[in-house]
Amino acid sequence: MPSQIAIGAAVPGCAKVDPILIADNVRRQFGGNVAVDVEHVEIPRGLITALIGPNGAGKTTFFNLLTGFDQPNSGDWTFDGVKLAGVPAFKVARMGMVRTFQLTKSLNMITVMENMRLGAQKQPGESLLRALIKPLWKRNEDAITARAAELLTRFKLDAKSDDFAASLSGGQRKLLEMARALMTQPRLVMLDEPMAGVNPALTQSLLEHIRGLKNEGMTVLFVEHDMHMVRNISDWVIVMAEGKIVAEGPPNEVMKNPAVIDAYLGAHHDSDLGTEKQAKGN
Amino acid sequence: MDLILGNAISWLFQPITAAYALAAIGIALHFGFTGLLNFGQAVFMAVGAYGFSISVKFFGLGFWPAVGVAVIASIAMAFLLGIPTLRLRSDYLAIVTIAAAEVFRFIVSTTSAQPVTGGPQGLNQYSEGFYAMNPIPVGHYKFWVWDFKQDDLFAIAVSWLVVTFFAVLLAILIRSPWGRVIKGIREDEDAVRSLGKNVYSYKMQSLVVGGLMGTFAGILFVLPTSVQPGNYGTTLTFYIWTILLLGGASTVIGSIVGAMIFWSLLSLTGDLLSTGVDNGTITFLTQNQVGAIRFMLVGVALMLLVIFRPQGIFGNKKELYFNA
Repeated sequence: MPSQIAIGAAVPGCAKVDPILIADNVRRQFGGNVAVDVEHVEIPRGLITALIGPNGAGKTTFFNLLTGFDQPNSGDWTFDGVKLAGVPAFKVARMGMVRTFQLTKSLNMITVMENMRLGAQKQPGESLLRALIKPLWKRNEDAITARAAELLTRFKLDAKSDDFAASLSGGQRKLLEMARALMTQPRLVMLDEPMAGVNPALTQSLLEHIRGLKNEGMTVLFVEHDMHMVRNISDWVIVMAEGKIVAEGPPNEVMKNPAVIDAYLGAHHDSDLGTEKQAKGN
Repeated sequence: MDLILGNAISWLFQPITAAYALAAIGIALHFGFTGLLNFGQAVFMAVGAYGFSISVKFFGLGFWPAVGVAVIASIAMAFLLGIPTLRLRSDYLAIVTIAAAEVFRFIVSTTSAQPVTGGPQGLNQYSEGFYAMNPIPVGHYKFWVWDFKQDDLFAIAVSWLVVTFFAVLLAILIRSPWGRVIKGIREDEDAVRSLGKNVYSYKMQSLVVGGLMGTFAGILFVLPTSVQPGNYGTTLTFYIWTILLLGGASTVIGSIVGAMIFWSLLSLTGDLLSTGVDNGTITFLTQNQVGAIRFMLVGVALMLLVIFRPQGIFGNKKELYFNA
């Protein structure tokens, strides 16, 4: 497997056989604090890549930069060959690179179904003037609704379809956010801590859904703390620490990498990698 | 007694009530559906009132071109307020709108602007073009305790026609996919952005459309009366907000009924108190104090409403339960 993903050795910033996202010299400073300083990284297409690292490693900031929610001080990155530096977030999403948020952003005072419909692209009724004439968007709306209903069934939210999103549990909101992101028909799905604050049973179903995305041909890049999850599901792991990529490789090999152990555990070398909360470091 | 009641009831359909209702529908779109804090609806009304009346008085335009000028001025004002603030957090729009309304009022009421805006005296007699279109035969029309001239009836009819038009327009808009995006922005604009919607553009569209409603409200407001710069202070904006919250912020009909209740209540309390003072039943007040007291009573009524029915008269209570 690994030999098919990377070209050459699995070192930080190594080239991939078929990258979907390539970032170069992406740097973001907050005052004197360098939050992200990524020299080179490539995300392999059609696979599940985990971005891991201790708290404050710059994972979420890197996510924000790549998706246009924050602007870097310098740097370039391309998605499927298209330059993305300076492209606003909504255009990034339209290109097929969709993200979710660490703190779930379900739209509480609109229904679950409306949340889903909002994810659809190219609905002519979203233009102010065409919105006034229902026949111009009714057919599109029916198609969107059918697709949304299908996704809701898959994510076991179909019974909640007409409820306000506010009535969902925390885990269900995570599912809704993921399902809604899929409504945009993305090529690259970026999940920021999809498993945070979700009970173990739901975590399993979330993992299944993430595998499902891969089986449908989508590329997944997700941020996670828990190494056990990462090992189970990902094809490739990228480790960040203090804003930099410190290691890359297939999950089992990355975890043996001394740089990762250092970054993650500091002095607590012998702790279980899966219990990062206690072990996370000094 | 009939007169007091008739007076109060007449406020249900006065053109002024229609104007307030329409301005409130505008901020229902801004605040109730998009989450924009527009604390300067008075400036959009002033733009309508002055844009229209100056076009007629100073530039000698006809009725329709004057309305056109007001519309263009309103759109320009929305862009002026929106371009610097809509990328920022929502409180910035609130600050800028409230300041803009005051700046506008001070500019039009300066004496150096008198030849154009009428200065502190304001403007009047610009409605001939409007009443010239009145198809109702000249005469007095008496119903119950009321006595309308043909022009009064025309103003009432046109005002409510305009209100109905915009209410239906907004109802259609918020049930459309456009309205869905708008409501999504109210809930969390980053989420909507992550789904490929140009949030800035939608907020601007909302500001323009709601502002236009304010502008038409401003025209309706001054057609039967005159333009007084003093009317466009912050109190005007706050009355409109009161009306909005009274009826329910995320509703269309709420703004209309809210305006009716607000004005009827104000008229009823005022009339009852002043009759009481006149015939000696109320001895602890003077006629001069009645004007202030009635606003206090309305204020108390509104406080009770906000405490016991925070979603407004027509609001959906469900929406509040979740608002943790």
